[in-house]
Formats: sequence, C-alpha cells, structure tokens
Amino acid sequence: MESIIETYKKIKSIQFGLLSPDVIRKMSVAIISTPDTYDEDGWPIDGGLMDRRLGTIEPSQKCATCGNRMGECPGHFGHIELARPVIHVGFAKIIHQLLRATCRRCGRILLTQEEISNYKRIINEYSKRWPELLNDLYTKILSKCLKTKECPHCNEVQYKVKLEKPTTYYEETKEGVIRLSPIEIRARLERIPDEDLTLLGIDPKNSRPEWMVLTVLPVPPIAVRPSITLESGVRSEDDLTHKLVDIVRINERLKENIDAGAPQLIIEDLWELLQYHVNTYFDNEVSGIPPARHRSGRPLRTLTQRLKGKEGRFRSNLSGKRVDFSARTVISPDPNISINEVGVPEKIAKILTVPERVTPWNIEELRKLVLNGPFKHPGANYIIRPDGRRIDLRYPKDLSTIANNLAPGYIVERHIRDGDIVIFNRQPSLHRMSIMAHKVKVLPYKTFRLNLCVCPPYNADFDGDEMNLHVPQSEEARAEAAILMLVQEQILSPRYGGPIMGALQDYITGAYMLTRKETLLSKEEVCKLLYAAGYDGPLPPPIIREPKEMWSGKQIVSIFLPPDLNFEKKANICNKCDECKKEKCPYDAYVVIRKGKLISGVFDKKIIGAGQPESLLHEIIKKYGSEAAKKFMDQVFKLFLAYIDMHGFTIKMDDQSIPIETREVIKGVLKKTEEDTKEIIRAYKEGELQRLPGRTLEETFEMKMMEVLSNARDTAGKIAAEYLGLDNSAVIMAKTGARGNILNLTQMAAVIGQQSVRGERITRGYNNRTLPHFKWGDIGAAAKGFVYSSYKTGLNPLEFFFHSMGGREGLVDTAVRTSQSGYMQRRLMNALQDLKVEYDGTVRNASGKIIQFIYGEDGVHPAKSYHGKAIDVDKIIKEVLMEEG
Amino acid sequence: METLTKEDILKEIEKVSNILPASIIEELKVKLQNIKLTKKSLEKILNRVINEYLNSLVEPGEPVGAVAAQSVGEPSTQMTLRTFHYAGVREFNVTLGLPRLIEVLDARRTPSTPMMTIYLDEEHKYDEEKAKEVARMIETTYIENIIKNVEIDFVSASITLIMDLEVMKDKGIDIESVVNLIEKMNIGEVEVQGEDKIVIHTNIYEINKLQKIKNRIMSTKVKGVKGVHRVIVRKEKNEYVLYTEGSNLAAVLRIKGVDATRVYTNNIHEIEEVLGIEAARNAIIKEAMGVLEEQGLDVDIRHVMLIADLMTADGTIKQIGRHGVSGEKPSVLARAAFEVTINHLLEASVRGEKDELLGVTENVIVGQIVPVGTGIVQMLMTMRSAKNEGKN
Repeated sequence: MESIIETYKKIKSIQFGLLSPDVIRKMSVAIISTPDTYDEDGWPIDGGLMDRRLGTIEPSQKCATCGNRMGECPGHFGHIELARPVIHVGFAKIIHQLLRATCRRCGRILLTQEEISNYKRIINEYSKRWPELLNDLYTKILSKCLKTKECPHCNEVQYKVKLEKPTTYYEETKEGVIRLSPIEIRARLERIPDEDLTLLGIDPKNSRPEWMVLTVLPVPPIAVRPSITLESGVRSEDDLTHKLVDIVRINERLKENIDAGAPQLIIEDLWELLQYHVNTYFDNEVSGIPPARHRSGRPLRTLTQRLKGKEGRFRSNLSGKRVDFSARTVISPDPNISINEVGVPEKIAKILTVPERVTPWNIEELRKLVLNGPFKHPGANYIIRPDGRRIDLRYPKDLSTIANNLAPGYIVERHIRDGDIVIFNRQPSLHRMSIMAHKVKVLPYKTFRLNLCVCPPYNADFDGDEMNLHVPQSEEARAEAAILMLVQEQILSPRYGGPIMGALQDYITGAYMLTRKETLLSKEEVCKLLYAAGYDGPLPPPIIREPKEMWSGKQIVSIFLPPDLNFEKKANICNKCDECKKEKCPYDAYVVIRKGKLISGVFDKKIIGAGQPESLLHEIIKKYGSEAAKKFMDQVFKLFLAYIDMHGFTIKMDDQSIPIETREVIKGVLKKTEEDTKEIIRAYKEGELQRLPGRTLEETFEMKMMEVLSNARDTAGKIAAEYLGLDNSAVIMAKTGARGNILNLTQMAAVIGQQSVRGERITRGYNNRTLPHFKWGDIGAAAKGFVYSSYKTGLNPLEFFFHSMGGREGLVDTAVRTSQSGYMQRRLMNALQDLKVEYDGTVRNASGKIIQFIYGEDGVHPAKSYHGKAIDVDKIIKEVLMEEG
Repeated sequence: METLTKEDILKEIEKVSNILPASIIEELKVKLQNIKLTKKSLEKILNRVINEYLNSLVEPGEPVGAVAAQSVGEPSTQMTLRTFHYAGVREFNVTLGLPRLIEVLDARRTPSTPMMTIYLDEEHKYDEEKAKEVARMIETTYIENIIKNVEIDFVSASITLIMDLEVMKDKGIDIESVVNLIEKMNIGEVEVQGEDKIVIHTNIYEINKLQKIKNRIMSTKVKGVKGVHRVIVRKEKNEYVLYTEGSNLAAVLRIKGVDATRVYTNNIHEIEEVLGIEAARNAIIKEAMGVLEEQGLDVDIRHVMLIADLMTADGTIKQIGRHGVSGEKPSVLARAAFEVTINHLLEASVRGEKDELLGVTENVIVGQIVPVGTGIVQMLMTMRSAKNEGKN
C-alpha cells in the first residue's frame, strides 16, 4: 500500500561544470597511491586501485564505505594526488584560447575597460532574448582579444602562445620560444578574474579555468570498471583500471624523484610521461600521440571511447535501453487470427508474465494459476508478498499452501494469456506502425503468428523474419497501448491519410474471382463461404431460382457491407478507356455500391488493397470507425480466402507460353528492331546522326538506341499480353494488382529486354567491347546487353552474364541506399522529435519556440484527413442532397 | 422550402469562416454557390463540414515532428539512388531521388545541378525569336565561344583573334563590343583588321605571360548572366519558356523580358537572399515534394511543411543535422546523444550549461516520462486525497 503514496520525484535540470580539486578531494573516500590491485592472497590492497572503500562488485561482500551490498552500493570515488599538475586533453584548445585572450602578467582580458562594459551589456541583452546568438558573440570577442598586442590594463607586451598538439604550449617571446609548464599555465589561468571570464563564455561559478589543469585526479568507483574473473580463475582488469595503474605508477615514481631531488631532466621526462598517461586515460584517440595499447596490442577503450559513437554509452545505453519482459522469434502467417492478435508460442507465454494484484474478485482465479505453477501454461512464475518479498514458484514443492496463503495485497506474476495486451515490433522501426499493440493468442509451436494484413505496416514477410514482443507491466502502459497503439487504431497511416493495411496477394485474387460477374454459387458453396466468415444471419434471396438456386459473388460480399454505404470507384483492372461507361463498364471495372449493395464492379487492389487511399476500406474506416474496419478485415477477407481455397488458383509453365504464330510475330518485331538499330548505328558511324540540343553525339546515339530497344520490348510485350487473357492466372494477378505486373509477364513470355547498369546500356568490360565474344567496337544491341530470350526459353550464357550484371547493380543499390536513407532519417528524427502540438494549437519545439502557428496551415491531422484533404466536401454535399431528396 | 440565392449562400458560408480554415471556406463557396439549396440543407451541409473538420484536428501533445520525420524518412528507403533523371527537360540532367532530398535537407549552398525555369513577359513569350533574344541575354558567352581561332605571335607580342561571325550573329554580339571589352582589360592596343580579325598588341615578350593573357582573354565574359551556362528555349503549351543550366536569380530578374513573378530556381539559398525567408520556405516544400512525387511516393504535404518551417523558423535556412537544427538545441544531452558527443559535453562544462530536460532525448536518458503525447499532461491527482477518498 506504500506504493500508492510514494512521492514522485522528477529531475528538473542538470547542471554541467568542472570539478574543482577541493570537490574532488571532498567526494573522495580514499587516496590511491599504490599501483597494485591485489595482494598475493587475492585481496584488494588498501590504497590500491581496487580499494574496498571504492565500493564492491562482488555479491558476497559489503562495501567498506557505505556497508551496502552489491546492488545497493552505488560506488564511491577515490583520488590520486598528482605530483605535478597536468593538462586535461579535452580542454587543451580552450586553455589555449584563454592564454591568448588574457594578459600574461595581470590575467585581465585583452580588451579596454570601455569594450568590456560594452560587451557585458550586449551579453546581458542577448542572454535574455537571443541566447542562441551568444556563441557567435563569444567567438567575436575572442578574435578581438587575439588581435590585441599589448595589455590595455598593465601595458604588458603580449606574446604569441602556440599549442603543439595535444598538450604542449610554447610562448614565442623576444628571447626565443619558451615552453610553458602546466604549473605556469595554471598560475596564469588562476589570475584571470571571474568577471572577465564571462566575456569569453565561461561560467566561473561552475568552472574556473585553472580546474582544467589537473592537480588531483578522481578515481572512478570499481562499479565503473569491474574486473572479470575468467573460468580459469585468472582475473582480468578493465581497460580503465589498466590506465589508472599506469598513472599511479608514474605518479609515484615522479613523487619519489622529486623528493630525492633528482635532476630536472629526469623529472621533466617523468612529468611528460604522466601527461601522456593522463591524456590517454581521457581519450585514447588523440591525434599526435600513439594510442595506449593492451598487452595483446589492442588499443585501450578509455573514457572518451566509452561515451562516443554508436556503441558508446550515449547512443547504446542511454538513448536506447535493454529491457526485460521481451521475446523474439521467427514469424509466420496465420490468416485465421484477427488482425489485432498475435500468436504467441506457449513456451514463450510461460516465461513472459504480467503482475496482477490480488483482489477479492480475482483471488480464486489467481489461486488456480499459482497452483498450476510456472511449468503449466496458464500459471504463474512469481508471487510478491505485501512486504515486498518475492517468491519464486519454481522451487516450492507444495504450491497449494502458497496458493491458499494468497490474500488481497499480494501480487501474482502470472503467465500472459489470451487477450493480454502486448507490444509487437519489427526492425527497422521506420515509422510508428512498426511498433503496434496486439492481443495475445497463445498457440502451439514455436513461432509468432500474425495476420497477413499487418505485413505491410511492419514490412514483414515470412522468409525468416524475426520480431520482438514486449509485455507492458503497468496499468497505464497497458491502457495506452490498448487505446493508442492497437493495430486497428493504426490502420490509417499518418504518412498519406489512407489505410496502410488491407488486402494483399491471395486476398485480392480471391476477392476478384468472387466478385466477378461470372461467379455463381450454389447454396452449399454459399454456406461454406459464409461459415468461414463467421456469418450466421439469413441468406439473401438467390438471383437464379431455376433450375438450381444460385447466388452471385457480389451478393455474398454485399451481406457484409454496411447497409447505408454508398461508394463509387474505378477498380485496378480498369482499362482506362477514353470514355468511361461507369456502371455499364464492359470489363466490370467500375465499382458501385449503393445502400450497401455491390451493384457493379469487382473488388481488387484499388478497392480493398493495402496502402490504397480513397478505397472502400478507407471509406469504411472513416465512416464507421476502426472497429468496423477490423471486423471487415477479419470477416470478409476470410471469405475471399475461403473462396480462393474452394476455387483453386495456380500458375503453370503453360501460362507463360504463347502459340508459335504469336512468337513469330514477336520475332518479327525483334528483327525489325535489329534493322532499326543497324540503321542508327550506320547513321552514327557515317556522321549523319543529328545531335540533340545539349547532348554529345555519343549521348544522342545511346538515347536513340535505348529508345528503340525499349520500344521493341514494349511492343513485344503488348503482343504477348494480347494473347494472354483474363483467364490466365498470371494475368489475373497482374491486372488485379495482387502480385507482379504485365512487364514481369512479358519478360517471362516474350522478351527480357535491355539490361542496364547506371541507367545506361552495359559498357564496361574489355577494351571497346563488353565480352571477348564480340568484335571490337561492336555497339549493336546484343553486344551491349540486350536480351532477346524470355525467362521461359532461357538465356544464353552471354545474356545470362549481362542479366546478372543488371541484377547485381540492384543489390548494391539497395545496400547503399539503406545506409544513406537511414542516416537521413536519424537526422530528421533528431531535428524534429521535440516538436509537438500545444494546447493552443501551435507547433512548438522543446523550449517553447513557435514553429507553426497552426499545424499544417489547417490544423488537420494527416491520418484523420481524407488523403491529405481536410474533409471531403463533395461527399458531404452529395450525401446531404441525397438525404434531402 | 424555397431555395436560397447565391448571395445568401455565400453569406451563410462567410458566417462560419471563423471556425473553418480559409481553404475549406473557398472550396465551399466554389462548390455550393451554383447549387439549389434550401436553408435547411445548407445548414446541414455546413454543420456536417464543421463537425468533420473539428473531428479531424490534431490533438494537443501530438508529436507531429516525429510523425513528419518518419513520414519522410520511411518512404526514402524505397527511393532510387540513381542521381540523374531527365525531369521534364530532356536536355539537362537533374539530380533527383534520395541524393536531391538529402541535398535539400542539408541546405547546401549550391545544388549539384542548379537549374532555372524562366518564364517571359507578355511581349516575349509568344514569339520564338524574341524568346531567343532573352535567352541570349542570359546565357553566358565567353570570347572563347565566339572565335574560330586564336594565334599568338611571340615576335610581335601580339594576339590575334579570328572571330566566328556566324556564331556572333546568332548570339547578337558585334565586333565593337568585343573590342571595347578587350580594351577595358588594359592589355595593349586593340586593332580590328578586316571583317573578323582582332589583333591585340601587347608589349610583353615573355612566352608564359603571353599565354596567360591569352587565357584571360578567352575566359572574358562577353554577354550573359554569371553562373548560367546554358539556356534552352522550349515551347510549353502556348508560350516559350527558358530552361537554364546554372542559376543566378538576382541577375536574371534584372533582365528585360523576364516575367519576374514566375521565375524559378532550384537554388534555395538564392531564393532566400533575393526573395526572403518565406519564399525559401516555399521553395523547400516545392523541392522536397517534387522529389517525393517524382518517385511516386505519397507523402502528405503537411509533413514537408513542418520540416521546411523548422528549417526556416529563425529567419535563416538551417540544415537538418549537426550544423543546423540539431546542433543548436539548447539541451546538452540531446546534442551529445546525436553526434560529436565529447565536444558537447566538454563545452557544456566550461560554459556551465544547464540542461532543463525539456526535450525527448534528455528525458529518455534520465529515465523520465517524455514530454510529448500522453506525457504532455502536467496535472496530477494528489495521491493522498485519492487514498482518503477511497477509505471514505
């Protein structure tokens, strides 16, 4: 019950700054001064890098500082007192700027008093109104300082300070070039007054510049650099520990040498070495110095490398986090479950759990689950007692006592079961429909099952794709998932304002075959179909009574259409005649639905397909809501599949064969083309070819050739297509938009055509020819990758080679494109993610700056729009006029 | 019931103009004014329109930015990578597809294929000759382009240009203007010999220098607009339109015969400089939508609009990425999580920056609820009283 009144703490802001030596000493629990980690017995040495006061990482030990065990102890910092100060590599550039912008003697900024007060005023003004302009101002002030040759305050002549990367500074005085030691640098930085620092954009409260020269080095807790014990019992230390050992060792050597009064030269050498180790401790990829390496030769992964890049802390662990309560496996299709459902293997269902609080209303049910235990499906894995203790149900021998002890206030982590809300995801998660909420349906076998209609939003197929599943654990998360993320709520894509889900492939073929004119069904067939769709109402009157009662496919579909639905649209099979005969279309390609009755037209891709705006599906979801659309997809689509099951549908080799006469005609076309190309080549060679404006002769020639050859394929395709009618399965699929297109068909049946690389005919290969089988300088069709064969007849070896060239280009193209567009999307996302609509309807960014006064100039959400239009005015007028008569 | 007059209908529509956006009001006016309507059915129509409009509005908290980024990013995976296509004009190659989209979002100074479409004013647009005349004024011509031959005489230190009179006539250049141009260069005495010979007497006897002077003469601009390399005149519908390779909006606008209201360039920065930031915003939308449409990708214009508005929100064109929008975010963590992590962190510590945790990334990093969508809600019930109420 405590959890209810638990105060909810929120981080308001995070202040960035530098740690001062004092702070470092204060937060430290131990001075580290021994370069060793463990003694002979394997115990951490006090004052060593694995000092027990720094926290514990072993489950059995208690922390020597806070007394907590591994999970609770956050770890504690130690510190190293550096014998001589060293520069912090990361700040080398800023230190350099500061040295040049301030006086070498008095430490004041190299600006006159007048300029100082002037700039202060501007900075004040800017930080109030345009904080984004401050950065430019600081650079301006800095460059002004750099121009000053003499200190306006103490008249000291200024010398040029040079930075030799990464951390060595030289001053070019009159006497010669003098190296500045970190001690000198630190002294100079100390002299810079606070108020001058603000002019250079430095906040003296949080970061005094002398803190950039380190005198003490914080040693991170052991939890940050855990050592791992290998199976052989050998302990392997973290890279950071290795680096710290180096630092401590050199630091101690340096200290000893200074104390012993060693010669300056030796001290400087050691000092330099200390600087190197500290540099590589912070960043092991600084240019100018060799990276510190592991014994094996692998460069060490030090602080900077830990944070940086895709695998760094930020992108890998902070922006994205690993989670519990998730599962991943192969997906496979299941047309029998709802689009809202996901089939979860029982094996997975027994591992994923949902915490359910025991109440008087569910106690009996939960007792049963506990009794079933973790190994039987509707069971439970853990129980959390009101005192917070967690009981693992895997071990107790007697579950019945535990079950009987259940009382309100207990929490049972029960297996997920049918109806639970889970989140389902397929990478790459390119849009929000890549992560949707489903309802669990526990099924046998080992794959996740999903309805085929949700393939387009996930961009999934079943050639081995895997998907992830997550189980929300809190009531809020479940509510949000169920209300906002459920599949049926995502049918409309915000990308274009139309349904992204819908029928595909066999659904479309089935729908077409069921709804075409010639489909007549016997009573038996009708009943089978309607049963498949889960319909239990009365049958409509048959359209044919004698000799046998027959129903049309259109009638059957009409049963499921809302009774007040009116709809008109051209189907995908539309021949695009010059004059549309609408309802009287000879191809039955004009769909008319009046008062929920399909009057004319067939259902195909344009009417029920996925990703088709302004389709019937779109109409239904707009008018009757997502629930109706879900029902439509769950019922009617099953009907289509049932019909294609009943009817049978296949393609065969014969579908691609055309009679000899037609083949001859195609051959004739190709021969004619051959002659045409020869004529062009002749004209080109004899210089008769007319150059197109703005093109060279070669380009003109290539364009002409490409044109002629692509025309050849088109005409050959047309001839072949004429022969292949709508009784051909492949043609049905192409015309209805179920799969493939006419081009695929003509390539199978007639001619494959020109292969291209980079949009040109194939040119690469040997000198002046593509393959040694051609004559030098052959620029004819065959020599440049025109394939005369069809897929059915098969390609000859040369053609096959050209074809594979074209195919390879496609593969390479996709590979390159994914990386490019992926980066573009990451940038877009990063730039735009903070924009949201506020309560006043404006679009603002995170800091409240207005980007748009009304979203999209009319405030309409694209997903709720009608294919981009705010509302369909025409439809409303038509409807009202009809109602009013 | 009697039907309303046209004026009455318009008046009724005008009454709801404070609720509906201008575009819908316009559409209603056009579509309703010529229909016979009773007052009741008009009311019904308007009510239904208003109802549907209010139902289709964005809800507060909607992460429109993320949706826009996804809606543009997702289809870009389907785009062709092939750079060149002939967009409308066969004579020119134009960068299209993914590369062009990236170029627009990057806000590059100059597009890889700058191009202009120049429409002509009433006087010039119907006549091919007149259109060509304007084209000649625009297309840059160098001396190199109008000569047949050039000879250098090292003995007399002179350069002889043999002009191509035919080309000159075609381009509308006379020999005097060329002479004037060369004279202005202050190289030496210029003399015209015969019809087509221009001799330049220099006093320089060094071969190298003479060569250099020759090259300088060759690359001297005789006519045209800087940056526009080629102009092509095409007939479109009933008027002549100029297409150019290369772009220079400011200069082209000054050319006589150009219809300044319809000139277009695909160089967004030029548009910004000449016509201002609003025009640049429209150009970004046009360019990005053009690429998407050309690829046959259906993307709602609102998404592109939002991107363009963000890029131009503070008066200059900002890139989508490290050197623009993302780099100027106030949040240290958001910047560090995007690119160049270390520099942002180091700089933030020196500047003593404070991260107010207002954005999305920052809150993900610290493990708090993200302030978009349902996370926008700030008001919470006091748990104590809820508990007490439960007891009572």
